[in-house]
Amino acid sequence: MSTQSNKFILGIYDDEDVLLQGVAKVRESGVKIHEVFTPFPVHGLEHVLGYERSKMPRAAFLFGTVGMILALVMMYYMSYFDWPMIIGGKDFAAFPDFVPIIFELTVLLGSFGMCFTFFISNDLKPYKKPVIFDIRATDDKHVMAIELKKNSKLSYDKLTEILTNSGAAEIMDKTFEAKS
Amino acid sequence: MIGLVGAVLALLGAVIAATGGGHHGETAEAAHHGASWVKRIFSSLWINNVYFTGIAIIGVFFVALQYVTQSGWSAPLKRIPEAFGYWLPIAGVLMLAAFFASNFTHNNIFHWTHAGLTNPSSPDFDPIIYNKRAYLNQPFFIARTVIYFAVWFFLFAKIRKYSLLEDKIGGTEPWYKMRRFSTIFIIFFAVTSSTSAWDWVMSVDPHWFSTLFGWYTFSSYFVAGLAVITYIVIRLKEKGYLQLVNQNHIHDLGKFIFGFSIFWAYLWVSQYLLYYYANIPEEIIYFYDRVKNDFYSPFFFLNVILNFAFPFLVLMTRDSKRQFRILKMTCIVVVIGHWLDFYLAITPGVMQKDGAFGLLEIGFAMLYLSAFGYVVLTNLSKAGLVAKHHPMLEEAKHHHI
Repeated sequence: MSTQSNKFILGIYDDEDVLLQGVAKVRESGVKIHEVFTPFPVHGLEHVLGYERSKMPRAAFLFGTVGMILALVMMYYMSYFDWPMIIGGKDFAAFPDFVPIIFELTVLLGSFGMCFTFFISNDLKPYKKPVIFDIRATDDKHVMAIELKKNSKLSYDKLTEILTNSGAAEIMDKTFEAKS
Repeated sequence: MIGLVGAVLALLGAVIAATGGGHHGETAEAAHHGASWVKRIFSSLWINNVYFTGIAIIGVFFVALQYVTQSGWSAPLKRIPEAFGYWLPIAGVLMLAAFFASNFTHNNIFHWTHAGLTNPSSPDFDPIIYNKRAYLNQPFFIARTVIYFAVWFFLFAKIRKYSLLEDKIGGTEPWYKMRRFSTIFIIFFAVTSSTSAWDWVMSVDPHWFSTLFGWYTFSSYFVAGLAVITYIVIRLKEKGYLQLVNQNHIHDLGKFIFGFSIFWAYLWVSQYLLYYYANIPEEIIYFYDRVKNDFYSPFFFLNVILNFAFPFLVLMTRDSKRQFRILKMTCIVVVIGHWLDFYLAITPGVMQKDGAFGLLEIGFAMLYLSAFGYVVLTNLSKAGLVAKHHPMLEEAKHHHI
């Protein structure tokens, strides 16, 4: 993820209600938040962070359509052009026979496509070293990460002050060293 | 206000039915035998009896489902499906009346009610119907119909009674009572939804049977019922009522319609595909009469387009389920589509090749729709539109998806 030395300032929150208000306050002060890590899903967090709706449904629709077309082309090619066989006295190109296959391939490509889209868009791959800002985010703390470089307009002290005012229980630094 | 529109619709429907009936009757008489248009009336009556009974019972089922699953989101809109139950006694009377009248005038809706079919010495003797005589006989059929309506209405009346009591005394006691009766209703309906579908719809073709027909009919009922609920909720919302209902509730109803349209299509395909594959004469006859008949086959495919392709493609995105106009339009299409589903299930069985679709069918559907609307909306206005002491109202207020 990080190709060079990246400095972050972390705000640690004890309570999700404080976090929700804190996120709103921090964003109001013009700070760009890198990411918020929570041990459990916090409802409404994505609204406070101003995230756009996921484009995943569109990916699902596209993959499903590809699966459907693939099944149609495959079945028509196999049973009409390549190797016509009479099965149950039906036409070679008997559409009702293809419906289960169309369904299966639509679902297969839709689900696999979504799965891999999710992996790619979240940079999940084998042997990837996880970027852990604070291990307590997997236990009982909420961690808000702010990248210093993206907030160069605000001084370090100013950021600390904003975080303190927003209700952060603890403030700490985190630096990721360059990989290459 | 809406009642007035309903009355005007009813009058219009009656006029269209009368004139349309006479006109089409003459042409039908010239082409075919005897009193074909009278049979058309009975066929129409039966389609609408079955269809609107289904929508009414889905109203009760929907309420019962919310109590059994302890759902909170539907609390502000549960009075709307609850009002549907008042159609049940009327539907029961209409259904029995249509059954007796059709037999009395020898325009039998059900082929198996003809005399002589189960008499081995009669020239009309039919061994298949003879073997089904233990179930398909008139006294048992009438008894079953009476039992369905009596028990359904009894359980509905109990649920409604405690629902109204809750408005007065509050607390959680009525809620637990309603949940108890809802559970009984769900168990009873699990069986009777299938058996009533066999009795009222499947036995129109007494030689044919399908093991999933009960679910198929139920899914058709359910989508239509949900569409009517959603339509009324949106209309009331647009008129400024139902302040507690927001886009999230509407979205949930939209998801219900979307999901169960797919469920309906799944059952439709499962039924069609197996008979199509196997191609056994005694089984394929049902679809042969519908697909290979020039008159019915366009309706047969239109049925799938209206009830599956349209809601599937239109309601797929999140935004379309949250926009009142699109959802309303889909509701109307789906309600018409499932009416067509019952038209296709019943008419070819009753009328065989003499089936027709004209002003008479549209008129009767409008007549029933307005009567149903009148009964439901008058009863809806008799109690508070929102169950004000429902224990889950607060939860529903914060419903968010």
